[in-house]
Amino acid sequence: MRHSSSRRVLPGFGLSLGYALVYLSLLVLIPLGGLVARSTQLSPDQFWDIATSSRALAAYKVSFGCALLAAVVNAVFGLIVAWVLVRYEFFGKKLVDAFVDLPFALPTAVAGITLTTLYANTGWVGRFLEPLGIKVAFTPLGIVVALIFIGIPFVVRTVQPVIEDIEAEVEEAAATLGATRWQTFTRVLFPALFPALLTGFTLAFARAVGEYGSVIFIAGNMPMVSEITPLLIISKLEQYDLPGAIVLAVVMLVISFVLLLTINLLQWWTANRHSGRHVDAGAQA
Amino acid sequence: MSIEVKNITKRFGSFTALDNISLEIPTGELVALLGPSGCGKTTLLRIIAGMESADAGAVFFHGEEATHVHTRERQVGFVFQHYALFRHMSVFENVAFGLRVKPRAERPSEAEIRERVMKLLNLVQLDWLAERYPSQLSGGQRQRIALARALAVEPKVLLLDEPFGALDTQVRKELRRWLRRLHDEMHIASVFVTHDQEEALEVADRVVVMNKGRIEQIGTPDEVYSAPASPFVYRFLGNVNVFRNRVHGQWAEVDRAPEGARDEALAFVRPHDIEILREAVAGGLAARIQHVQAIGPLVRVEVDHRGEVFEVELTRERHEQLALQGGETVWIRPRSLRVFQGEQLLPAQHFDLGAGI
Repeated sequence: MRHSSSRRVLPGFGLSLGYALVYLSLLVLIPLGGLVARSTQLSPDQFWDIATSSRALAAYKVSFGCALLAAVVNAVFGLIVAWVLVRYEFFGKKLVDAFVDLPFALPTAVAGITLTTLYANTGWVGRFLEPLGIKVAFTPLGIVVALIFIGIPFVVRTVQPVIEDIEAEVEEAAATLGATRWQTFTRVLFPALFPALLTGFTLAFARAVGEYGSVIFIAGNMPMVSEITPLLIISKLEQYDLPGAIVLAVVMLVISFVLLLTINLLQWWTANRHSGRHVDAGAQA
Repeated sequence: MSIEVKNITKRFGSFTALDNISLEIPTGELVALLGPSGCGKTTLLRIIAGMESADAGAVFFHGEEATHVHTRERQVGFVFQHYALFRHMSVFENVAFGLRVKPRAERPSEAEIRERVMKLLNLVQLDWLAERYPSQLSGGQRQRIALARALAVEPKVLLLDEPFGALDTQVRKELRRWLRRLHDEMHIASVFVTHDQEEALEVADRVVVMNKGRIEQIGTPDEVYSAPASPFVYRFLGNVNVFRNRVHGQWAEVDRAPEGARDEALAFVRPHDIEILREAVAGGLAARIQHVQAIGPLVRVEVDHRGEVFEVELTRERHEQLALQGGETVWIRPRSLRVFQGEQLLPAQHFDLGAGI
C-alpha cells in the first residue's frame, strides 16, 4: 500500500486526468469563467442593484421555486413509475418504458406548446380544471407542469437500475423478521434507493432550473408573477442590456452551483454511510 | 415448536414442484431436505415459511394450522443462500432489525435491544464486527450475521435454504459443526435445504431425500445411507455398483439380463460391501482387475466383470494381503445387496447370488 502513490495498478492516470481537465475546461470552466470575468466590469454596487432588483428577485423565486417543486413531484412519481416498470409484468410494458424517454428527445418548444394547448381554459384538460377554479396555463402552476414533464425521465432512469438490483430476498427477509410492508419500504427499500433517488432529483432539478423552451409558452411570462430568470436574461439581451443579463446569469450560476454542491455533499454522505466506506478509511489510517 | 406438512401440492404452470408431500418435524430436531436441484426442496421450505402458497394441503405449527398465516406472523427464522443482509445497515442494525420493527407495545427498550444484539453477536463470535457493514465481511461472516439476525426474533422454527451453498469447503465444514451446536442449544425445530449429501448426513438428525417433487425416503443418516428405500436414494447418496438381475421366483441371478426385460431387477451394492477373493466361491463372480488406486485409508479397485466395470473399496490391510496386480483374474462377492424391481424393494432374504459363475 505504501507504494500506491507512485505506482498505480490502473495505467494512464496522468493522461486521462489531463484529458478530463482540458475537456471540462474547454466546455464548462472557460465559458463560465468568461461570464464571471465580464461581470467584474461592473462596480459591486451596480452589480448588487441589478442582482437584487425586485423583478430579478421575483424571477429567482419563480425559477428556483418551480424547479424545486417540480423536482420533488418528479422524485415521488418517478420513483413510482420506475418501481412499476421494474417490479410488474404487464401488457405494453416495453412501450411504456420507451415513453419515459420521450421528454428527452422532444423539442422543448413542442412540449411547451402542447402543454399550453392542453391546459388552456379551452383545452382538453384545462376545460375540466377551469370550473374547479384551477388555472394552469399562464400561471406559475403551468411552469411547474412543464418542468415536471421535462424532468421525469431523469428520476426514472437513475432509480430504475437500482430497483433492479434489489433482491426480492431482502424483502422476504424483512417479512420473516416481522416487518410490515410499510416498514419494509421505509426501513429497507427506501434507504437502499435513496442515494439514486437523490441523484435523479438533482438532475431533474438542475434541468428544470435551466429550462427555457417549454416554459415560455405556458408561463404567460408576467413580470413579478410568472417570469423565469432565463426569460428575464433574454429580455435584457433584447434590450441590449448586456451587463444586466450577465449579472443575472452569474447569480443563477452561483445559486445553482451552491445548491448542486450541497446536494452532492449530501449524496456523498449518504453513499458513504450506507457502504461503510468511512470505517474502511478509518481502519487503513 | 413442531412443524407438520400435510398433503402439500404445488405446481408452477405445468411443472409439478411438489406432489402430495407430507412430513412431520418434532421440536428439537434438525432435518435436512436433500435432493438434486429442481426436486422441490426449496419450494417446500418456502411454503413452510409462508413465502410461497401451496395449491393444496396444509401446514401446521405445533398442531395449529398456519397455512394462511402471513410470513411475518409465523415466527420463523429464515436464512438465505445469498445472505440477503440489509446492505445499508451496520451488522448491529441488521441483527436489531427484527426487534426494531416490533409493534411499539412489544418493542424492547433501546438498552434491551443493545444487550440482546450483542449477546447474539457473541453467540456467532462476531461481536467485534458490530459496526461494520455487510460489504466489509467475508461470506462465512455474512452467513453467521444472517443467522444471528434470524435468531434475534426468537423464532419457533429455523429454516435455512442452502445456507452454506455459496461458501468454500473449509468455511462450510466449520459452519456445519457450528450450526449443529447452535441448534442443540436452541431447542427449536430446524430445517435446512441442501444438495450436498455429505452435509446432510453429517449435520442432520433426520434426512428427507426428495426427487421430482416427491419424498423418496425419510430416515436417520445411517438409515438412508445403509438401507436406501429406492434406486434413486442409492445413487444419490454415495457410490454404488449396480448389478443387473433376472428374478427367478425367489432367486435372483446376478448376471446380465437383456436391458429392459420384463422381469429386470437391479441389485445395488456399495463399493465397500464387495469382497475380493483369490479362490472361486459359491456366489462369486469372476472379474479382472483393471486399476488399483491406493490413496488414503481405503484402496479403490476397479474390476471388470463381463464388460461392466465395478468399483470395490478395500482396507489397506486387505489390499496388502491380496497383493493385487492389474490384469489378473479374481473373484468378487457382495457381502450385502439390495434388489429393486423398478422402484420396488424386493425382500432381501429371498436373494442369493445364484449360479453366477
